[in-house]
Amino acid sequence: MVNADVKYLKFKTYLNTYCPHCKHTFNFERKDEKWLVFKAKYKEQDFELKLSPYLDVFDVQTTVPLNEGDILSDLKCPKCRKSLVVENTHCEECGSQAAELIITAFSKLIPFFICLKHGCNWHGLTKADEAKIKLKIPRQDMPEQDMKLRVTNHLEVPYGYTTELAQLEAGRCLQCKEPKCVNGCPVNINIPEFVRLITEGEIDAAAKKIKERNILPAICGRVCPQESQCEARCIMGLREKPVAIGSLERFVADYERRMELVKIPVIKEKKTKKIAVVGSGPAGITVAADLQQLGYQVTMFEALHETGGVLVYGIPEFRLPKSIVAFEIDYLKKLGVRIELNHVIGRTITVEELLENFESVFIGVGAGLPVFMNVEGESLGNVFSANEYLTRMNLMKAYRFPEYDTPKPKAAKVAVIGGGNVAMDSARTAIRTGSSEVMIVYRRSRAELPARHEEVRHAEEEGIKFMLLTNPLKFIGNDQKMIKGIECMRMQLGEPDPSGRRRPIPIEGSNFILDVDLAVISIGTGPNPIIFQTLPDLKRNKWGYIEVNPETNETSIPNVYAGGDIVTGSATVIEAMGAGRIAANAIHKKLSGDEVEKDKSKDPELVIV
Amino acid sequence: MFQILRKQEMAKGSIIRFDISAPKIAAKAKAGQFVIVRVNEFGERIPLTIADKDAFAGIITIIFQVVGKTTALMRSLKEGDIIRDVVGPLGKPAEIEKIGTVVMVGGGTGVAILHHVTKAFKEAGNFVIGIIGAKDKDLIILEDEMAAICDELIVCTDDGSWGVRGFVTQPLEKYLEERYDIKEVYAIGPIPMMKNVCKMTLKYKVPTMVSLNPVMIDGTGMCGGCRVTVGNKTMFCCVDGPDFDGHSVDFEELEKRNNLYLREEKDSLLFSIR
Repeated sequence: MVNADVKYLKFKTYLNTYCPHCKHTFNFERKDEKWLVFKAKYKEQDFELKLSPYLDVFDVQTTVPLNEGDILSDLKCPKCRKSLVVENTHCEECGSQAAELIITAFSKLIPFFICLKHGCNWHGLTKADEAKIKLKIPRQDMPEQDMKLRVTNHLEVPYGYTTELAQLEAGRCLQCKEPKCVNGCPVNINIPEFVRLITEGEIDAAAKKIKERNILPAICGRVCPQESQCEARCIMGLREKPVAIGSLERFVADYERRMELVKIPVIKEKKTKKIAVVGSGPAGITVAADLQQLGYQVTMFEALHETGGVLVYGIPEFRLPKSIVAFEIDYLKKLGVRIELNHVIGRTITVEELLENFESVFIGVGAGLPVFMNVEGESLGNVFSANEYLTRMNLMKAYRFPEYDTPKPKAAKVAVIGGGNVAMDSARTAIRTGSSEVMIVYRRSRAELPARHEEVRHAEEEGIKFMLLTNPLKFIGNDQKMIKGIECMRMQLGEPDPSGRRRPIPIEGSNFILDVDLAVISIGTGPNPIIFQTLPDLKRNKWGYIEVNPETNETSIPNVYAGGDIVTGSATVIEAMGAGRIAANAIHKKLSGDEVEKDKSKDPELVIV
Repeated sequence: MFQILRKQEMAKGSIIRFDISAPKIAAKAKAGQFVIVRVNEFGERIPLTIADKDAFAGIITIIFQVVGKTTALMRSLKEGDIIRDVVGPLGKPAEIEKIGTVVMVGGGTGVAILHHVTKAFKEAGNFVIGIIGAKDKDLIILEDEMAAICDELIVCTDDGSWGVRGFVTQPLEKYLEERYDIKEVYAIGPIPMMKNVCKMTLKYKVPTMVSLNPVMIDGTGMCGGCRVTVGNKTMFCCVDGPDFDGHSVDFEELEKRNNLYLREEKDSLLFSIR
């Protein structure tokens, strides 16, 4: 069927890329490319086979209706020798039948198929051949919501992999003997093993493999900065793009959840000792889940009216659906963790009082105090901290005002100051809530943007402007004390600073006024003072965060542990979870009478099956 | 479970008093502190100062004026109904010591909070002078309760329908003029009232505390929405306040910030009527 002059043919063939009835095109079209067109015959009828010489992707278009179970006798799987069978799909739009055929790797150099339908893999090849083929598989992107459509809703942008796509992507993993990716992961997930399980179709087992180390894979798969952690170390990434570990993690977790494969473990031995966890964010969730499964009675205290911490008040719905957080919290409840909402520790109950009733207390309250710039005009109307802006929109659901009572901040032109994930979240929230022009104002250049690459790409696709090398100096208000502009200054990059990033230097006389009617300040957060006001003995470091013993995460007060952003300052979900696990291990060891051995903190013993 | 145990309408139904079962909050609450209330799943979080508490019975009292959507919704609640979320006590307690003679000034619904702080000042052994005011006779609340605590009490109304005719600043000026032993003035009420009280006490160099009530969301220092400028420094009312030195507060900015959502407030009300 395929012309032998073609150098490589890649992995997914779609017959009928559009629905024959409603002409809805499947998402496989690549623009700006010349397609080579071949004629082919099937069932006595001609159809066109289009081939892109650049992307090595081919695409078959036919008006011949294919039926489910049709056999394409020309194409056989070399392992099982079975003919490929048309996999039937239905058009997403109209529901009428549309055929989709999934083949295979196919190249002139190594004539070989991967048959996804039959689950065959790379048998019969040498390691070198295998690597050669694998390098030819392009990194599979998750299908995403259309750019124009997604700014009109708050649904998640990537749809996630299908099983086929996930297996194809997993097939790219080189299965290194000494995997570097595992060291790149703050909680050392056995990445090659879970990826291998995907290729074998053991997705449930892959999920369990991840959960030995990370109890929130659906969340981490979405919000971890993989490109600077596991994927940064991927050997594949030296030559081609790294394996999409994050997308695979997300796929595995979503599969497990949607197929209802999550089991509540039976707690073998119930203990009488009680643990208090303060804060229901990632660190708290980890401590609660770990210790509850070991038999302790855990009570989790949350200041807000909803559990999840930053996962519910900070990260927007379109990046992390709240139903996923709710599912994880539900899992905790099913384990037997007690959850007390509306308890501000330090006000409603103090840590000292908790110590009277609980053997250990874990503080995972995050770094929730917004940092302002201390410039003129910061208290003008419509100048928000990112915390306030996102809390209104996410936690209080202001984007659904007036169905929800909390008013939605409205503006046509919005500037978000900062370049991190929170800044991207704020900007993308603004564009989804009716702002016509949204800008990111960041004082360094593009290369220094601390946000995840995916978020920056999504933001750009959604039409957010990046005002780089621009430093805001002051906010300018109108006579109603509402913001009407920001005075900014252009910057240029100088020598690297201690963080390794090039220092921005102001360009004198480059001042200009940026007209905006809403500004969001997203330049970081600090420690919340409440818990310290009633716990003066708690030792803090020079940045005001809690000081802990790094091996146990115990604070200066015995039996009080801490972890997450309240110890490290703003960091990632996975780092908070790693800190939670260290504390959980230490609490368990101390309460079960053992001393914490050295060097164990990096390789926690606790494994949950 | 935050159940409304008792409901009382005051000032012709424009001011409502709730006694709410909240034992943990009642055990901790001190004068000057507040709670954040969210009525139902769709509700916003609003700060309400604790007007009284009974630690033994586990009850806190809140008194609020019906001004917008949420407070109108709260008025529609009956005894026995449940308020979804009540969190607190939040904010720093009012600083109360035995200092001598204090003047407590309250306007409108502010008297509800003033009452709690006045009680604490009296219990600390101070000589307490109360000045309370409202638009007219119907809007004067807690007069008997205040009279029972205060050593001297002046009631004023803008239209003269009850007590002295005029604003609270007029009797206050008389006191400041006549008495040299006034150690502190404590004012709670509408922003223009607090602003004028502070202007006057500044003239007589009498330390003045005000209790602010800006727009808040979480009430735990997380959002920064309640920031106020005090002495050119940005403070978070929820964790640094709500009591501040009245002479340093930028009232104009506070007033503007409190009016940010007037239009949305109207939209929200209209939406719920439809």
